[in-house]
Amino acid sequence: MKYLQYLGLALFVGGLVLFSLVPFIGEFTLSREIAQEKLKPEHSELLKQLSPMYGVTYPNQVAFVSDFNDYFNAYNEELKAEEKWDEVIYEDYAFSLTKASGHGPVQEYTVLFFVAALLLPILGALMYILPLHRKEPPGIKNDGIYFSSMKNRGWLGILTGAYLIAFYVILYWYAEYLTNLTVLVDGISKFLSGQPASQWFLYGLLYTLAILVMGIRMFRRYRGNPYQIIRTYSVMFFQLAFAFIIPEILVLLNMPWHDFKNIWPLDYDFFFDYRIEGMLGSGSLGMFMLVWGIILIILGVPLFTYFYGKRWYCSWVCGCGGLAETLGDPFRHLSDKSLKAWKIERYMVHGVLVFAVVMTGFTIWNYFSGFGLLGDATGMLHQWYGFLIGAAFAGVVGTGFYPFMGNRVWCRFGCPLAAYLGIVQRFKSRFRITTNGGQCISCGNCSTYCEMGIDVKWYAQRGQHIVRASCVGCGICSAVCPRGVLKLENKGEKGRINEHPIIIGNDSIKVEK
Amino acid sequence: MIEANNYCHQSRDRHIVIIGNGIAGVTCARTIRKKDHHAKITLISGESAHFFSRTALMYLYMGHMKYENIKPYEDFFWQKNRFTLIQDWVTQINYSEKRLFLDQSSPISYDILIVSTGSIPKKIGIEGEDLMGVQGFYGLQDLEKMEAKTRAIKHATVVGGGLIGIELCEMLRSRDISVTFLVKDAHFWGSVLPEEEGMMADRHIREHGVDLRLNTSLERIEGSSDGKVQNIITDKNETISTQFVGMAIGVTPNVSFLKGGDLSLNDGVLIDSYFCTNIKDVFAIGDCAEFKENPGVNRKNIEQVWYTGRMHGETLGYNLTADRALPYKPGVWFNSAKFFDIEYQTYGFVPAASREGVHHFYWEHPGGKVGFRMTFDKHTQALLGANSMGMRLSHPFFDKAIKNGWKINKVMSRLVEADFDPEFFESHINEILKAYNRRFGTQISHQKPSFWQRLTGTSI
Ligand SMILES: Cc1cc2nc3c(=O)[nH]c(=O)nc-3n(C[C@H](O)[C@H](O)[C@H](O)COP(=O)(O)OP(=O)(O)OC[C@H]3O[C@@H](n4cnc5c(N)ncnc54)[C@H](O)[C@@H]3O)c2cc1C
Ligand code: SF4
Ligand code: SF4
Repeated sequence: MKYLQYLGLALFVGGLVLFSLVPFIGEFTLSREIAQEKLKPEHSELLKQLSPMYGVTYPNQVAFVSDFNDYFNAYNEELKAEEKWDEVIYEDYAFSLTKASGHGPVQEYTVLFFVAALLLPILGALMYILPLHRKEPPGIKNDGIYFSSMKNRGWLGILTGAYLIAFYVILYWYAEYLTNLTVLVDGISKFLSGQPASQWFLYGLLYTLAILVMGIRMFRRYRGNPYQIIRTYSVMFFQLAFAFIIPEILVLLNMPWHDFKNIWPLDYDFFFDYRIEGMLGSGSLGMFMLVWGIILIILGVPLFTYFYGKRWYCSWVCGCGGLAETLGDPFRHLSDKSLKAWKIERYMVHGVLVFAVVMTGFTIWNYFSGFGLLGDATGMLHQWYGFLIGAAFAGVVGTGFYPFMGNRVWCRFGCPLAAYLGIVQRFKSRFRITTNGGQCISCGNCSTYCEMGIDVKWYAQRGQHIVRASCVGCGICSAVCPRGVLKLENKGEKGRINEHPIIIGNDSIKVEK
Repeated sequence: MIEANNYCHQSRDRHIVIIGNGIAGVTCARTIRKKDHHAKITLISGESAHFFSRTALMYLYMGHMKYENIKPYEDFFWQKNRFTLIQDWVTQINYSEKRLFLDQSSPISYDILIVSTGSIPKKIGIEGEDLMGVQGFYGLQDLEKMEAKTRAIKHATVVGGGLIGIELCEMLRSRDISVTFLVKDAHFWGSVLPEEEGMMADRHIREHGVDLRLNTSLERIEGSSDGKVQNIITDKNETISTQFVGMAIGVTPNVSFLKGGDLSLNDGVLIDSYFCTNIKDVFAIGDCAEFKENPGVNRKNIEQVWYTGRMHGETLGYNLTADRALPYKPGVWFNSAKFFDIEYQTYGFVPAASREGVHHFYWEHPGGKVGFRMTFDKHTQALLGANSMGMRLSHPFFDKAIKNGWKINKVMSRLVEADFDPEFFESHINEILKAYNRRFGTQISHQKPSFWQRLTGTSI
């Protein structure tokens, strides 16, 4: 078994290395035909500008992209100098032209590369994961976590974090360097949506695979804990069906890409004009998207959160939560539990909520006032939100920081939907974590493994139920508690908040904690 | 009840010194601070600068947590509550001058002294107990020693079938060290666990690859010429070669530095039900305290557990700041532990051996990893206590049921309320009920939860 696992690890690492090299394999040659096909008719001027590149074979895409950018920018600069503002090109042609110009082993032996750089690492990961804890009885598997280089900010952890951050930065802002990788998954993309793969398709696929593979790891790790297992099935299902397959099928049907489980303000551009127009222009299904989205915001969130707490979304449905609970599980203990972190968290997460609400308010106002007013300001807001919150925070920091600050950095400090759900959970919900009388021994396991950085033991050791806006109800605190002190439950609101608890067991006196 | 003035020193700026920063001392300090904002409160401990959870020491060795994680309060807490912390050992006390002498720092005067020095591991007094690689397990320094002595070893022996013994086994197994576990009784923790629970623990201990030797005790330990442990010899004359011996045959109050002074001691510091020692303004709480009289029915004079330390601290803290001091009255006994993966909880009175007038009802899951026991009065049918293995019970439920002497039929009819297992876990309540009905010929049943209750996850 051990050797099988080592072999799996080797396959995984080898595949990952190959995956990282794929973008650098092959050559790039632009031709007039390609350019003609990819450029919109109104940009045919650009055809001339790019003509020095036609037929030139670049040894790698760095050189190719560099030349392309030179010509492209020179053209735009010229237009700007001549003050021909409406002719300036804002389209991103770098990605599509680079992708179409690539040729070499990846394009010729796509299936081979697909197998070696994607399937083999998955197979390797599964070979490593499936035998995990096989001979051990079910129970908590936290042995050695703080000795692990990967899990305790050692060099492996730092390397992993750096890799993830780099991948995100390239994906978001320099996707033209990743075109070869999208070639690998063109087949799947075409099968699902009829379209070639964009960088977002690649990303969605990797994201889904990460949740599925690491979800299987959760099954091994939390064997004997049905709450964890059912919850993991749930996030795997919602990611695969709602965030990955259904949206692609919508595209196949000429509908806008839409994730039915994503909710504003996490889905921050839900009310942006292009989204609204997309939905309104897609017949009754599009109308349903709009109405369903609004129902979720004004009815779904309060109602479900009232009955189940915010966990119904954050650790059962959400994609960000799904990744955090699967890929991020090995890093959950790295969250900061200090009071100071809690203070910062409250400012930040509610700050982002305010930002999202203000931005959306402007957007809607604008929509109805015919874009005359504040058009530029709204555009600026959209851009800044998209850059700061949508990409940098939710993406780069959200996942790249797993090995540094735990798996819920985004959910805790940045997610505006979590803030909204949290307000409902704190003030009007039946969900709480009940503390079992006086059984707590202050061991600290619960706080340590709380991914949201809640100092659970602070409550448990004084006999107080845990009612916190940020609790995503992952149930890990309850799982790791060696004394059976914590129980997540939905119960009547009476007695839910006991801010002046008295620990039972002492009949001499009653001292409020 | 004792009037405040007769109970302890009263002045606005009185200096309360607490020796020991464990759960007893710290709870006491916190409780005092809630009512008394002027007193100067000093906590002294040689072991660590800050309070940490002794119960969590094992998790440091196992890599589940690091030292920062097992501190119940963040470091700013102490200053915020104006507690002075001194890390040093108290060597001597002059009670008439009310002065303490410390190992490194200069002497301190006190108005009120609280002794909460905890325990130390017991020794058997056999040959070889002082060899290198033989040690008890109580504090941070023991942990460091164990860390150093078990690095890269292959085999270890644990002596003593109690809670610390099984924790040592679990710790060592987490590092793939093979373990021989010597247990004197016929099953694990024979002094506390009834046979069925004990045997369940035995099976589980073996499942974790521990070489469990029941009915076996340690005869002597042999060392090599350089003073390192080499073999142990059991009372069955077996020789086992080993590189580390964890001694866990129990703990005893840590009072040796008080011996020969004016404070009256037996095994621990002798106290009355108000925590008063024989010397005015000197009190003792926690593991090191020994009640002269039993604090309650079926209670022991020395109770060395976390929860009692907390209750001692709470009660003494209250007394030192109240108009009238009240005697310590522990409520229904409770405790819990975890044997590798099997959680154990106990409430009230559950004797290990059979007792006149005490009846038992025991149910065990066919899988052999879950068990539930109730004890009740033969005549009145009143609930006396409960044990659970591998399932979680509600403390408030059993506290109420035992305190109010509920008849067992009533307990059974409301048992769903006692289920504290996480959501979606297989509920054992119905099976327990079936077994109960079979045995007592009753027909107790529970109302099935409605669809709505199931949908909203509301258990009751
Ligand atoms: C490994 C282990 C696991 C345990 N697990 C559990 C459990 O699961 N559940 C449970 O209920 N109980 C458990 N216990 C018992 C529980 O930890 C103790 O009952 C409790 O910690 C006692 O608290 P205390 O405040 O009386 O003393 P302690 O916590 O022992 O604190 C006393 C402090 O005083 C210091 N001190 C002593 N003498 C001096 C001196 N002369 N000068 C200065 N400082 C001094 C000591 O160094 C120590 O730090 C466990 C004990 C151990 C060792
Ligand atoms: S408090 Fe518990 S359930 Fe809530 S987020 Fe933290 S670990 Fe998860
Ligand atoms: S894990 Fe359980 S026993 Fe430990 S501090 Fe948390 S609630 Fe208390």
